[in-house]
Amino acid sequence: MNIEHGDVYKISPHHRFQWEEAQNCYVILFPEGMVKLNPSAGEILNLVDGKNTVLDVITSLKKKFKDAGDIDKDIISMFQFALEKAWITKD
Amino acid sequence: MASLNNGVESNVTQTQPLWLLAEITYRCPLHCAFCYNPTDYADYTKNELGTDEWIKVLRDARKLGALQLGISGGEPLLRDDIEDIVVEANHLGYYSNLITSGVGLTEKRIDAFKSGGLDHIQLSMHDITEEISNFVTDTSTFKLKQKVAAMIKDRGYPMVLNVVIHRYNIGHIKEILEMAEALGADYVELANTQYYGWSLINRNQLMPTKEQIDEAEKITNEFREYIGNKMKIFFVVPDYYAERPKKCMNGWGEVFMIVTANGDVLPCHSARVLPDMNFPNVTNNDLKEIWYDSTAFNKYRGDDWMKEPCRSCSEKENDLGGCRCQAFLLSGDAEAADPICTKSPHRHLIDQALEDSKNERLQAQPIIFRTDKNSKEIIQGEHKERLKDFKALP
Repeated sequence: MNIEHGDVYKISPHHRFQWEEAQNCYVILFPEGMVKLNPSAGEILNLVDGKNTVLDVITSLKKKFKDAGDIDKDIISMFQFALEKAWITKD
Repeated sequence: MASLNNGVESNVTQTQPLWLLAEITYRCPLHCAFCYNPTDYADYTKNELGTDEWIKVLRDARKLGALQLGISGGEPLLRDDIEDIVVEANHLGYYSNLITSGVGLTEKRIDAFKSGGLDHIQLSMHDITEEISNFVTDTSTFKLKQKVAAMIKDRGYPMVLNVVIHRYNIGHIKEILEMAEALGADYVELANTQYYGWSLINRNQLMPTKEQIDEAEKITNEFREYIGNKMKIFFVVPDYYAERPKKCMNGWGEVFMIVTANGDVLPCHSARVLPDMNFPNVTNNDLKEIWYDSTAFNKYRGDDWMKEPCRSCSEKENDLGGCRCQAFLLSGDAEAADPICTKSPHRHLIDQALEDSKNERLQAQPIIFRTDKNSKEIIQGEHKERLKDFKALP
């Protein structure tokens, strides 16, 4: 599925996204499984809230990480990956 | 931004008990022939931890980094404090899973679980036919399970069905998957029997043939293509037909912590069978010390304990030598390579077991069901003929 700038995603039902102090990272939890997210993926999913569009997420991360350069493609591919894994669904 | 690495954190350096499995009681209304619980469980049905003790376990494990909580047994619903435990688990930030046969799940209890924040219920199912389902569980629970499945779905829970696969139901894989679809299952685990505890002594009665396994896997793959993302299907391959062992528990003392009904802390479900092991108990030991410092949790951590052929094996990181319990149960040496491995000097034991499972005389022996009576008899030294090939049984 193509990720469009105007799309709005949320964390999938039966999944939980949370910050874990003991692991020092964001995690995503679901029946029978969990994934520890790396910092970039964590920052992205933290903005996936059923309100922000994909473009909102990109804009806000570009503002937060000014030196990161051209990250649009990385963010889009993370959306794609999370969608394939069913961590997120289209609102 | 750093490379995304598909979003997965990879630089984990220290072990943490990410999964806490609370085997909260060994009491169970079902008597499944394939249960992995210890055959001497009747010794552990007394001295169950109380609610406050379980809540302390939950808090202490959470501090160590535990995230996924499995509430299991036996049948956890035989205890009337699961509601309190669920509330505390939710409060602490666990993703909580109730692993149940469905017996004892009422409308009132499921509502309490929902409002208490239980995240998911995994229901065991056994077959599409009432006859076989009731036979392997030695109960009349087939219709009840269907009702419970509908109740779980109705409350908006993810529907996770666990079906243990053996000779009696492996011919019904397609029908089982169709039943799962009709029930609206989100996840289905087709878990081939692992041979520990009760399933080990019933191995000749339960083991399917290689042809049956291959056919079941083929049907599963076809069904996956048809159903797509709507239902996730896990097919747990039986290791007896494999050439390399499984990386048991993802490594000893790496990510799993099991607390049993009486408070013993184990690195894996069946670790009690191992010789010369003294498992610490939560009533007189600190959980953090148990995880990091106890002799039991360090005994097979990493690969320092290995002997040949594992020690110099180029594949040792893949499976860490396999399962310590299986190595001991079959070969009598807990530090041996898992006999599943074709490089193991004990592989002939697996091949012999597969031969035995085709032997009609052995097949015809009656199943020893998981009952209190049978467990007590085994503790007292009965059923010797059936136990003689397995090292750890009394």
